[in-house]
Amino acid sequence: MRWHRRPDFKVSLPLVVTLAAILLGGCGLGKQSTLSPAGPVAQAQLSMLYESLAIMTVIFLVVLGVFVYSLIRFRARKTDQALPKQVHGSTALEIAWTIVPIIIIVVLSITTVHYAFALGTPQTGKGTVQVQVIGHQYWWEFRYPGTGVVTANQLHIPVGEKVNFSLQSADVIHSFWVPELGGKTDLIPGRTNNLWLEASRPGLYYGQCAQLCGAGHAYMKFTVLAQSPADFQKWLRHMRHDTVSATTPAEKAGLALFKQNCATCHTIQGTPFHGTVGPNLTALAERPTIAAGTLPNTAEGLAAWLRNPPAVKPGARMPDLGLSQGQIQSLVAFLQALK
Amino acid sequence: MAAITERVTLAHRQAPSYRGIWAWIASVDHKKIGIMYIYAALFFMAFGGAEALLVRIQLWQPNNHVVSAETFNQLFTMHGVTMIFLVAMPILIGYINAIVPLQIGARDVAFPRMNSLSLWLFVLGGLFMYTSWFMGGAPDAGWFNYVPLSGGHFSPGAGVDFYDIGLQITGIGTLMTAINFLVTILNMRAPGMRLLRMPMFTWSALITMLLILFAFPPITVNLILQMMDRLFHANFFNIPLGGNALLWQNLFWIFGHPEVYIVILPAFGIISEIIPTFSRKPLFGYESMALALSVIAFLSFMVWTHHMFADGLGPIVNTIFAITSMLIAVPTGIKIFNWLATLWGGQIRFTTANLYALSFIPLFVIGGISGVMLAMAPADLQYNDSYFVVAHFHYVLFGGTLMAALAGLYFWFPRIWGRLLSERLGRWNFWLVFVGFNVTFFPMHILGLEGMPRRISTYAPGYGWTTPNQIATIGAFILLAGMLVLLYNLISTFLRKPDLEQDPWDGRSLEWSIPSPTPEYNFAQVPLIEDRDAYWVAKRQGKELPKAEPLGPIHMPSPSLSPFFLALTIVIAGYGALLHVDWLALIALLAAFWQIGLQLVHEDHGYHVHPDVPAGGAAE
Amino acid sequence: MSAHSETTRIAIAHETSQELGLPKDHRILGIWIFLAGECAFFASLIGSYLGLHLGVAHGPTGAQIFDLPLTTVATLILLTSSLTVVLGVAAMQRRDVRGMQLWLWLTALLGLFFLEFQGYEFYTFYHGGLTLQTSAFGSAFFTLTGFHGLHVAFGVFWILLLLFQSMKHGINEDRTTKVFVMSLYWHFVDVVWVVIFTLVYLAGKVG
Repeated sequence: MRWHRRPDFKVSLPLVVTLAAILLGGCGLGKQSTLSPAGPVAQAQLSMLYESLAIMTVIFLVVLGVFVYSLIRFRARKTDQALPKQVHGSTALEIAWTIVPIIIIVVLSITTVHYAFALGTPQTGKGTVQVQVIGHQYWWEFRYPGTGVVTANQLHIPVGEKVNFSLQSADVIHSFWVPELGGKTDLIPGRTNNLWLEASRPGLYYGQCAQLCGAGHAYMKFTVLAQSPADFQKWLRHMRHDTVSATTPAEKAGLALFKQNCATCHTIQGTPFHGTVGPNLTALAERPTIAAGTLPNTAEGLAAWLRNPPAVKPGARMPDLGLSQGQIQSLVAFLQALK
Repeated sequence: MAAITERVTLAHRQAPSYRGIWAWIASVDHKKIGIMYIYAALFFMAFGGAEALLVRIQLWQPNNHVVSAETFNQLFTMHGVTMIFLVAMPILIGYINAIVPLQIGARDVAFPRMNSLSLWLFVLGGLFMYTSWFMGGAPDAGWFNYVPLSGGHFSPGAGVDFYDIGLQITGIGTLMTAINFLVTILNMRAPGMRLLRMPMFTWSALITMLLILFAFPPITVNLILQMMDRLFHANFFNIPLGGNALLWQNLFWIFGHPEVYIVILPAFGIISEIIPTFSRKPLFGYESMALALSVIAFLSFMVWTHHMFADGLGPIVNTIFAITSMLIAVPTGIKIFNWLATLWGGQIRFTTANLYALSFIPLFVIGGISGVMLAMAPADLQYNDSYFVVAHFHYVLFGGTLMAALAGLYFWFPRIWGRLLSERLGRWNFWLVFVGFNVTFFPMHILGLEGMPRRISTYAPGYGWTTPNQIATIGAFILLAGMLVLLYNLISTFLRKPDLEQDPWDGRSLEWSIPSPTPEYNFAQVPLIEDRDAYWVAKRQGKELPKAEPLGPIHMPSPSLSPFFLALTIVIAGYGALLHVDWLALIALLAAFWQIGLQLVHEDHGYHVHPDVPAGGAAE
Repeated sequence: MSAHSETTRIAIAHETSQELGLPKDHRILGIWIFLAGECAFFASLIGSYLGLHLGVAHGPTGAQIFDLPLTTVATLILLTSSLTVVLGVAAMQRRDVRGMQLWLWLTALLGLFFLEFQGYEFYTFYHGGLTLQTSAFGSAFFTLTGFHGLHVAFGVFWILLLLFQSMKHGINEDRTTKVFVMSLYWHFVDVVWVVIFTLVYLAGKVG
């Protein structure tokens, strides 16, 4: 038996710490990071992360220090003769390490209770915006009650105003998550959940379904465009306008194809097309992405989608319509004219 | 009038003897059953590990298409189901089977045939679930199997039926294990072994079995409700007809949270055996360790909605469950500090078993830290269902449970198999696993904070997720290398001649007090226990353990094939229900009940092993 | 240590002589623990029912469909069977095997009567528009009471097996334990019914 060896732990634990440092330092922040908050909710949640992580790191370092020290100091030696002192316990010590964690938990509980009520209560008062979010396999429907505006996969919100979301699902459970604006809340069939968020600065924020909802779960993304309140109001008015213009021959052909193939499922404001199975396509051309964040909203992206939707997004409800190359081009032209 | 005429007659015939594989199938010996549990758990671990590797390969780079999204969902679902139900629990139940009766000075468990039934329900139930891969696809709605996604409308294939029926089958077995070991530990301790003299592993087994007893019925009911929905078109989870999606979540987590303690408390027990042994000191704060186990078990039933913080249950519910969840850190902290105090002032030997046991401490503390962070409900809304959670529970389940299971394997291997595993290979095994584990799972904390949701089959570039994912995938292959070294160590050790060392580690509890290999009756004479760590104390005093009885005939239970066939019948009923072959399901169910009935009137009082010396001759 | 361990040793010696025959009987503690698990099982089923009983969709409500007099009779029958099983065990302890068999036959018969009532109830509900598929209430009602009914049916099967065994082979210490264990199960099934009767039928009729 080769028991009498020096412990190797002091080699490996710094390794882990170094690895963490490399990861944190080397990767930078992605575009959907909880660590770069853009609103008060995400900010509060990040402050809770820092508070708990700081306290917990101290505890970890204490444990690690005692641990590593013990391994080095009290390792078995060839010279060991007698048994070590047989200690069975110490009431004082055991009480101490019961009480100290309790104190820490009291501290963390106060923060928890404070923010649970502050963040968990729907906001009221002047300037709050209501948005109804409906989750579908695998796309997002956003409705602005009282305005008649309905859109999909790109949410518009005014900067500096609290937004109350009422969250519902049309099929299975989804979860609405925009990490830079705040934590997630589930959309549960048979229930309406509430969540409020606020963007402090204008920008495009990325969101994604966070609850397993089927084969297309990874492809259920959306974007949030936070604009100045004036721009936001302008957008709402714009969305109510009759906006469809099909002028070129390709666009006109696309309109006809749309009527024939797409109108039973999709709505476009200002046309007689009022299908509700698929996403509302009003002003589609103004969205940065299509297919719930799966493809860029370009001619190529649209064409790729129309060629075979389930190949782009697993489990997509929109079938392969068997469109010819020419038909796809016409439809792309029509869709790109939806402004 | 027939009064009670006959006394219980002892069957003096020898037990029916079975040969070869049948000797194992018919065995009611807790030691053999324990070995079969461990083998089966390692077998399923290979599959669960392969599934994990495929998941890691798929996530190697953005927009990867090594497996389809549908296959990906099946892979992580089966990975979770396998690792929890077919690896973590069975390997721990295997150790409990192999070791607890020895630790309490018993000759078997209370219900040896039922023990065999538990084993076969687990093995056959697990194989049943794995046949789903060849029968239209594995379950794909996550190990948590939330409705309505897992309902018949959104998951029309048979995958979820395999989940529902397979987990019911293995679950019945687990529940019977709980009854069996509760009675065994409460009733069959050697004379003088009061509860507060039991080894800590036995304590952890006792508390774990209580958790199983109360946690498994809710999941069984949940699975029954979903089976009614899926097979008979009931409406428990059908929202338009009055069903409720949250009912599943509540029942699932009322089971699910105690379940994580079912797989961690025995791990605590293993650590509490190994650290004192290799520090040559008694466990520090024994009473507070036992109390902490009990408090954790009690609290574990009051924290389930912390898995549901994003369900919108409101700030009142969320804060109550946040605080109860954080409270679990108190008894857990007591355990950590008591282990540190056990190390303090000891003579620490760095065997492979101890390396694994020691690594448990920092890894489990990291998992505990993220656990407390997750318990803070408002902040959890950012972590929930992200890779942060994946990192957290792998630190407690892999860094905790599996490290302890591997510690236990190296520690008890000489007791269970009569051989010592190679320490040289053990070191390679440990360091590869330890490094591979951290390289795999530490980056997942960062992925979660960077906004990567769980269970996504792929991701786009530009999110900052690629590098951590690639590091994690590399780590998974280091882990694979570590597990292959373990496999090589096992095979080469089995090819060696047994060394049959009785007490290679200078052990403390009764399992080391008997010859190796362990006789089928365990103890020729049941010892009399006058101390905690009685065997250790006797060794130090240079004495034998006192005996509680004279040498005499020893009662042994007869081996039996009936548990195996009962389990097989139940699995056939499962296939019948799943394939909608109603007559087969019905006949198999009736046959199962008939066999249960036969067990209820069964009369076989086993046989006796007689000592070579005349009865009473060798009494002290 | 010494005085204390001496008495321990003497007590043990006494126990040991018994243990040389058969090991200590674990079935009584075993059935109690099993019944604790069964409590959790029925608590989950009843909890599910309580969570869903308002989800009647377009089907009938409990208040509309429950037939209290009928269920009360069924309840009385089942409660009586708890008495008869006690009398059976008492007879067994007096070593009156014939008496034990008589009371157990009666218990099984009462169990069958209860199942008859339940079958009739299910039949009338089915024709009154409530099935497993009607609503969440229907699903929860039939599953809860159905599983209870299965427990009764299994109990009847168990009693019959023990009766046949005692008629064929007489009775001995081992078999008295078998009967006693069964009686505990039977009481449990009755007690569960009292809870179901209160929470499902009485509360359902009121609310």
